[in-house]
Amino acid sequence: MCAKACVRGIRMSSAGIKAVWAVLTVVGVIILFWYAASVPMNIKGVLTEFERAGEEVDPPKAVDRRDMSEFELVIDNPYAIDETWEQDRPRLPAPHQVAEELWETTVEKKITSKRSLIYHAWVTLSATMLGFAIGTGLGILLAVGIVHSRVMDLSVMPWAIVSQTIPIIALAPMIIVVLYSIGIQGIIPKAIISAYLSFFPVVVGMVKGLRSPDAMQLDLLRTYNASQSQGFWKLRLPASMPYLFTSLKIGIAASLVGAIVGELPTGAVAGLGARLLAGSYYGQTVQIWSALFAAAILAACLVGLLGMLERTVLKRMGMAQ
Amino acid sequence: MKTESTTQPVIEARQLDLTFQTNDGPIHALKDVNLTVDKGDFVSFIGPSGCGKTTFLRCIAALETPTGGALTVNGMTADEARRNRAYGYVFQAAGLYPWRTIAKNIKLPLEIMGYSASEQEERVKKVLELVDLEGFGGKFPWQLSGGMQQRASIARALAFDADILLMDEPFGALDEIVRDHLNEQLLALWARTEKTIGFVTHSIPEAVYLSTKIVVMSPRPGRITDVIDSPLPRERPLDIRDTPEFIEVAHRVREGLRAGHTDE
Repeated sequence: MCAKACVRGIRMSSAGIKAVWAVLTVVGVIILFWYAASVPMNIKGVLTEFERAGEEVDPPKAVDRRDMSEFELVIDNPYAIDETWEQDRPRLPAPHQVAEELWETTVEKKITSKRSLIYHAWVTLSATMLGFAIGTGLGILLAVGIVHSRVMDLSVMPWAIVSQTIPIIALAPMIIVVLYSIGIQGIIPKAIISAYLSFFPVVVGMVKGLRSPDAMQLDLLRTYNASQSQGFWKLRLPASMPYLFTSLKIGIAASLVGAIVGELPTGAVAGLGARLLAGSYYGQTVQIWSALFAAAILAACLVGLLGMLERTVLKRMGMAQ
Repeated sequence: MKTESTTQPVIEARQLDLTFQTNDGPIHALKDVNLTVDKGDFVSFIGPSGCGKTTFLRCIAALETPTGGALTVNGMTADEARRNRAYGYVFQAAGLYPWRTIAKNIKLPLEIMGYSASEQEERVKKVLELVDLEGFGGKFPWQLSGGMQQRASIARALAFDADILLMDEPFGALDEIVRDHLNEQLLALWARTEKTIGFVTHSIPEAVYLSTKIVVMSPRPGRITDVIDSPLPRERPLDIRDTPEFIEVAHRVREGLRAGHTDE
């Protein structure tokens, strides 16, 4: 038994190393591609700067350069390539510029500063967590209702599906305006938008999970003359756990998107969404990209935490080995 | 039968009929089924698939509702008997909850029926011993072999002391060697607990080896073609299967099955 487990452990770790290599390779390819893409994306801006600085550029006139392909310009002005990775306001910032910005705005700024990404991430995270809690709670309640009531199954499910076909970007401003008019602002409207996106995967996953016990399992409970609530607590709910965690992982990522979208129409006060918006107002592409990366890192951390929770819970329940 | 007239039959079916309505038209699953099972009987239902043996067992368990005739279990209707927890049911698959240990799985019916914690412990210990699984209470189902899992599911059906045990091809998915062993154990268990057992199978040797009464059924419509009261003694070592009596009973079962087929 132990030997088997050990062998499995070793196999897992060698598989783990392979996985790390695979991820690193992909990341490496993406970074290379990104640097390559930055050159043509930024070449026109760089050449304009050079022209203003009085340096020789080929062709020398901006009008002539306007209609030329970026690749041609790169070939004609190879000395400008270095500068495409160092601009203040590039169209596409190079990876190291985004990394520097991330470092400066997280480690080198006080977290109370309005320029700290950690401060903004926290604003978004708190709305995400609140929205996720509301969305998960609502999703589970709806799923329980749908599984136990035919009326709810027929009435709620279509609406839940329709709700997700409306673009959230169109709905978010209306939610904020309506709530503002009844005196609710701040974290609540953002959390509601976030809940609006996250309840859906939880409903779908939980309905599937609560219905996962087969006919035999249900017959068995019938032979015990078990009540519906006993069937729920002893069979349906535990059987739905693997489905719930899968949904939660999708749900939390959706929650984060919802919170960010909810920050856009409020006029960019605080939060990662605000950073995105402020960045686009002022052409601060480096700031936009760093906010994007902060959001991605945050999402990865949240999903990762849920994955750890999943493993712990399922292992405790005896459902994972 | 006359001498036992004071004791009521445990299961009694009179002209039982069951028709399923399906999209392809009605299916006559049971037709004019008459059967009396007395206390302590070991009754096997044997026949080809579609003969209604499982359906009949499910009727006794009130998992299906007959569309005609009368069926009593312990003198009550089948559904009353179910609500009184008159029987334990063993399915073809063990159906243990993967999130519960073996002991916790056996406690499932006890929890539902409201037994006290100490009584639950006591009964788990007793039935684990009955099915020869002492010491496995703390294991999870995936840590046990298929045969052990099925024994645990029998223990679960025994835990709440119903006098009837209904088993629907419980060993159908197991290999022959494990099956022989479990059959032997089942007989020992039956002798110790004096339960009335209804057992669905499609194996002739299994039916003859285990039963005091063999019900031969045939399909389209599902009906009983023969009821054989076994002349074999209650005490049955495995090698009883080589005796002329055993072979004779098996022969009669085979004849009954063949007769059901040529009727078509």
